[in-house]
Amino acid sequence: MSFIDYFRRNRRKSASVAKERLQIILAREHADRDGPDFLPELKRELLEVVSRYVEIDLDQVNVTLERDGDYEVLELNVLLPDPSPRKRAAP
Amino acid sequence: MSKIIVVTSGKGGVGKTTTSASFASGLAMRGHSAVVIDFDVGLRNLDLIMGCERRVVYDFVNVINGEATLRQALIKDKRLDNLSILPASQTRDKEALSKEGVGKVLDELRESFDYIVCDSPAGIERGALMALYYADEALVVTNPEVSSVRDSDRILGILGAKSKRAEEGAEPIREHLLVTRYSPQRVDQGEMLGVEDIRELLGIPLLGVVPESEAVLQASNAGVPVIHDSDSSSGQAYADAVARFLGEEVPMRFLEPEKKGFLKRIFGT
Ligand SMILES: Nc1ncnc2c1ncn2[C@@H]1O[C@H](COP(=O)(O)OP(=O)(O)O)[C@@H](O)[C@H]1O
Ligand SMILES: [Mg+2]
Repeated sequence: MSFIDYFRRNRRKSASVAKERLQIILAREHADRDGPDFLPELKRELLEVVSRYVEIDLDQVNVTLERDGDYEVLELNVLLPDPSPRKRAAP
Repeated sequence: MSKIIVVTSGKGGVGKTTTSASFASGLAMRGHSAVVIDFDVGLRNLDLIMGCERRVVYDFVNVINGEATLRQALIKDKRLDNLSILPASQTRDKEALSKEGVGKVLDELRESFDYIVCDSPAGIERGALMALYYADEALVVTNPEVSSVRDSDRILGILGAKSKRAEEGAEPIREHLLVTRYSPQRVDQGEMLGVEDIRELLGIPLLGVVPESEAVLQASNAGVPVIHDSDSSSGQAYADAVARFLGEEVPMRFLEPEKKGFLKRIFGT
């Protein structure tokens, strides 16, 4: 380590950024992988419908299927931008 | 009972072929009979790393197509009596690796070898899927880098869903993490993912850590698997990994940076 590096030490270490990003990526990929086959397709179609009304991107749509005892709960979370730029008046 | 080991990673250039050559050699050095197969149809290079490129006459696809017998295609290693190499074909199309064909060749190899090491090509296409399909054990080769870790994770998903063992609901493939091209120096400086982070992210047991080392390039130049270079850190790391694979308890090495002198530490190198 050189002098300059020594003073740079307080900067956020890139390895910890890498780890954090990986935790998020893997969690998302596992959810897709472990869910039913139709989940990615469902997600795409939902996104298509929602984006007819508001501008969002894929990261803003969260679809999960969770088992809750005897039930399966399909949870849809859409984070709308603020203020949401409406493409046209809601029907 | 012989074992099929796939050396896999998803990503290319992480050290699968280097690992396959050294691991198979290491098993043979320990007295087991071993064969190492190149699944990289069209881009063979295991023969170069093993130093037997001038003795390739027939290949894996010739055997699958019945154009040569296994005996004709297998190349005996120059250094180790109980080690053989089955080279990949250089020109054929990848579709030549049929599930049935590969299965038949592996069954025949099981009769004469304790260990069958399958060097997987990169990607998640046919060659890679065929290399892992029949596996009993998997060495997941990973570099301390985001894209490599993510690809390894995807391969773990495939091992658990698309392998023969998964399809038949048999006992799952035993997965082993092998971190290669590791630089303790850079980990220490916070520039590179540490082995503990990688293990935690992928959630499989650690078999070994192979440091980044010049000896690997020299070994590939010479066509001698690096495990034969017992003075090198990477050669020793591979020997350790083989010993652990065979059930020995060997402490992890090469996780700490080499100690530098005081002045060097202050003024850098
Ligand atoms: N531990 C290591 N230290 C330094 N270089 C390495 C190491 N492992 C692999 N390499 C180099 O990385 C490159 C890719 O290795 P290779 O085994 O061919 O990877 P893959 O089969 O996964 O594509 C080669 O040039 C090889 O010499
Ligand atoms: Mg390779």
